[in-house]
Amino acid sequence: MHELSIAQNILDIVREKIPQGEEALVRAVRIKIGAMAGVVPDSLAFCFSAITHGTPLERTALEIINVPLTVHCKMCGAESSIEQTLFFCPSCGGFELDVLTGREMQVSEIELDDEEENRP
Amino acid sequence: MSVITIERKVLEKNDEVARQNRALFGQHRLFVCNVVSSPGSGKTSILERSIEHLGGRLKIAVIEGDVQTDLDAQRVARYGVPTVQIVTAGGCHLEAALVRDALKNIDLTGIQLLIIENVGNLVCPSNYDLGEAMKIVVASTTEGDDKPLKYPAMFRNASVLIINKIDLLPYVPCDLARLRSNALQINPALTVFEVSCITGAGIPAWCEWLVAQSTRTV
Ligand SMILES: Nc1nc2c(ncn2[C@@H]2O[C@H](COP(=O)(O)OP(=O)(O)O)[C@@H](O)[C@H]2O)c(=O)[nH]1
Ligand SMILES: [Mg+2]
Ligand SMILES: [Zn+2]
Repeated sequence: MHELSIAQNILDIVREKIPQGEEALVRAVRIKIGAMAGVVPDSLAFCFSAITHGTPLERTALEIINVPLTVHCKMCGAESSIEQTLFFCPSCGGFELDVLTGREMQVSEIELDDEEENRP
Repeated sequence: MSVITIERKVLEKNDEVARQNRALFGQHRLFVCNVVSSPGSGKTSILERSIEHLGGRLKIAVIEGDVQTDLDAQRVARYGVPTVQIVTAGGCHLEAALVRDALKNIDLTGIQLLIIENVGNLVCPSNYDLGEAMKIVVASTTEGDDKPLKYPAMFRNASVLIINKIDLLPYVPCDLARLRSNALQINPALTVFEVSCITGAGIPAWCEWLVAQSTRTV
C-alpha cells in the first residue's frame, strides 16, 4: 500500500503551496499518473480522502489524469502508444524503445474557489 | 475559480535524497544494487550464497529491509560482512532517507559492493529510487512464468533478472524459456542469470558478473 505514502507526499506539496487559511478553498488537486507508474488510482484517491478527512482539505477532490505509455522507436523512429506488457514497436516490431511518457507521478494543478464564492 | 500550475514530481523529496546517496556512493566508488522480489523468492539466500562463494574477493556491505524483525540481517551478518537492518514497521518499500540513515551505521571506507535487500514486494519499490546503480529483480520458479507480465513496471526498471530455485523445475509448472521471454519482451536489455541456492548452480556466473561490476574503473 505505497498509495498511502504517495498520498502523504501529495498532501505535503499542497500544504507547501497553499497558505493554511486558504486550504478550505482548494476544490481539486490534479495529478498525472503514468500507465507504468505502478499506482492504483482508486486506492490513491481513497488514501487521499482518508488522510484529509477532518481537515480543511476534506472536500478537496483528487483528480487523476491518466498518462498513456508512449515510446519512441530507435529502429524506425515511430512514436506509438503501447501496452506495458507488449514492449515492442507496433510499426516495425523493434525492441529498442525509449519511453516518452508513462512513468509520470506528478502534482499538475491545484484548483481554488475564489474567496467571495465561498462566503455564505 | 482559479488554477495554480504546480507540475512537481510527487516523490521529488525522495529523488533528492536518492541523488545525495548516489553522490556519496560515487565518492566511495561503490557499486550499489537494490534487490527486489516478491516475499520468499530467495533474495537473502542469494546474498548468503554469493558472499560465501566470493569468499572475501570483494569488500561487501549489506542493508536489509524488512517489515518486521532483523532475522535476515542476522542470517547475513553470520558471514562476516557489515550488515545494517532497516525495519520499516509496516512500510511496503524502502525510501532513500531510510537508506541514508542506515548508511550512518556503516563504514564505507574500502567497501566495493553494497547490496540493499528491499522489502518483499514487486509493486511499491519500483517508484522509490534509493540512489542505487541498478535494480536487480529476483523471480523464482515456484512463482510461475507470468510474473513479468503481472509486474511489468518492476521488470522494466530492473537491469538484471535472477531466476532462482531452478532446482525445483522438475516439480513446478514453470516454463523457463517462457519466463525468460516474458521478461525480455518487457525489457530486452535485461541481463538474466539462472541460479539455485540449494545446488549452487549458476551462482559462480552471477558472482563473476558482480565482481566485474564492482571492480570496474570508470
Ligand atoms: N528449493 C529452493 N529453495 C530456495 C532457494 N532459494 C531460497 N529457497 C528457500 O526459499 C525460502 C525463502 O528464501 P529467502 O532467501 O528468505 O527469500 P527472501 O524473502 O526473498 O529473502 C527459504 O525457505 C529458502 O530456503 C532455491 O534456490 N531452491
Ligand atoms: Mg529476505
Ligand atoms: Zn519501430
